[in-house]
Amino acid sequence: MKRKLEITELIFKIISYTLLTIFSLCCLYPFVYAVSAAISGYGPVNSNQIILLPKDLQFDAFKSMFTNNMFWTSYSNTLFITLYGTLWAMFTAILGAYALSKKRLLFRKVFNFFLVFTMWFSAGIVPQYLNYLATRDIFQSIGIMDDKWLVVIAMGMAAMNIILLRNAFEGVPSEIEEAAIVDGATEMQVLTNVYLPMSKSTIATVALFFAISRWNGYFWARQMMSNPHEHPLQVFIRLRLEDYTNPDTLTGWELRYNYAPDSAIYALVVCSIIPILIIYPFIQKYFAKGVNVGGVKE
Amino acid sequence: MKVRAADFLDYDQETGVYRENPEQVVRDDVEKHYWLHVVRTIVKDWRLYLMLVPMLLVFLFWRYFPMYELLSCFKVDNGQLDVSQQMFSGFSYFKKLLFSTGDSLSTDFWRALRNTFITSFYGLCFGFPMPIILALFFNEIKSNAARSVYQVLTYLPKFMSTVIMTSLVTMLVKQGGTTTNMGIISQALVKLHIITEEVGQAGLLNNPAYFRTIYQISGIWEGAGYDSIVFFAAIIAISPTSYEAAQIDGANKWAQMRYVVLPSILSTIVIMLITRIGGLLNVGYEKVMLLYNDKTYVTADVVSTFAQRNGLTGSGQKGIAAAAEMMNNVIGMLLVIGSNTIARKATNTSLY
Repeated sequence: MKRKLEITELIFKIISYTLLTIFSLCCLYPFVYAVSAAISGYGPVNSNQIILLPKDLQFDAFKSMFTNNMFWTSYSNTLFITLYGTLWAMFTAILGAYALSKKRLLFRKVFNFFLVFTMWFSAGIVPQYLNYLATRDIFQSIGIMDDKWLVVIAMGMAAMNIILLRNAFEGVPSEIEEAAIVDGATEMQVLTNVYLPMSKSTIATVALFFAISRWNGYFWARQMMSNPHEHPLQVFIRLRLEDYTNPDTLTGWELRYNYAPDSAIYALVVCSIIPILIIYPFIQKYFAKGVNVGGVKE
Repeated sequence: MKVRAADFLDYDQETGVYRENPEQVVRDDVEKHYWLHVVRTIVKDWRLYLMLVPMLLVFLFWRYFPMYELLSCFKVDNGQLDVSQQMFSGFSYFKKLLFSTGDSLSTDFWRALRNTFITSFYGLCFGFPMPIILALFFNEIKSNAARSVYQVLTYLPKFMSTVIMTSLVTMLVKQGGTTTNMGIISQALVKLHIITEEVGQAGLLNNPAYFRTIYQISGIWEGAGYDSIVFFAAIIAISPTSYEAAQIDGANKWAQMRYVVLPSILSTIVIMLITRIGGLLNVGYEKVMLLYNDKTYVTADVVSTFAQRNGLTGSGQKGIAAAAEMMNNVIGMLLVIGSNTIARKATNTSLY
């Protein structure tokens, strides 16, 4: 009896380790491959000799990208959108979630429904597009000519994130708030000195959700931004990919460059991943927490 | 109705005078002048209500105004952006989409609707169980260090943007003039005799037969690790005594999985499944848009991409596109509400 237990356990352990190792390697491999292909020479990449390690080392693919002004413009656009977009989203979400978390708020149920309904039903792409066009006209008529502000202010709000914040604020004991009010704190002071410090981890998680979605945003930026100098990084990368897979761009490529067109794309991919990889170890634990916060109530 | 003094006044027995009953006065005041009471409360507590304003405006402008624009699917599209200036056309767009036989727009719409269902259904069949299996495996790894390594690696793809992910996929299965020129994964598949050389050379993403497979596998690659967090959290919450009791009863590892682990995480599975069914029709249009091309519309085109192609790039089709999406979204909303109601009845836990 005892022996049988050990055998099934051993088999399970072996299966788990093997399959997890395979899956993890599958997750890792494309990134390793991208790095290797980005720094390999024309010949090996074009004839697909790269399996894992780079051959015929060259860094010209990276060099030509770093000397490309449009790359830096798009990078700074993405930083701009991520920074201001997250700040704006957090500003509206924190204030709104704080008010919603108060039991004394009149029409609380109505306001909650107002939020939750947008999770059930979305108008769709075409009406949203018409809406953004109209917004752009209004923005331009009041002197905001830069479409970046349109992306920052009009896009990226998510009802789910507000609900996460509201649930966290509801978890703050009301005694602490009462004590602060007795000490003469105003509404704003209660929020900044009591609620924000007490729900730090949820705030970090939600800020992260907003920031990641801003960093990764593509579709609406491409639809709404006609000027290539305003394009964020994701749009820039996609346009490059479309450009490099176009046969016209590729004629005579090998005469001009010592790297393959694929290397140019892989170099772009690697450069856009690096910032995320740098902060990844720090934010990874917050993500696990954020998921556990879960639970939506109306 | 006769007003009795006693409703408003308390008789004070000690002094023998009537006094106002403050509570009753307030209650009466609220009932009689409800809106006055509302205004008074808001004015008194104006800071709290001011805090709501930015959020409400954002949702009003960019979530609810589009819903008003959606009315354009009932109106004749005469190029006016403003819905109120368009003429009412009844259900003609819906009729055109659903019932006009022989019209390419209608056949395209039905194809898109079918693809939407099939894509989400495959996601449910293949994408949904993977995170659970992964979480069960994570549970077998007793060394914390090894497990964190596995977790960090499997969560990683989730952090990549759709553009990066699809760029990688496109490059890995790209077409090639010769066998050695095509994407590395196509090359491996040819070597393993899973696909023929011609198919690999033409590019897997140009072949409608492979689009769904690529879509699902890349989805699992991207999300399985990250989605397993929820299930893993449920598994580690199981008390060790449950395992010990099962072991004493002679349960082997398989029986432990079957009778201890699965029943304990069943409620989590049910909730996640219901969420999934609720979002059944929200196929990620960005990913489809970035992966498909005109050769793969047969299997790839979903309602959102159909609407995007006809509404944003064509001219004079905005009403048609809006009508298509409206049908999709109404069905989606019914699924959300339905699955949520079932969840509330069956497991006593609801999401909303």
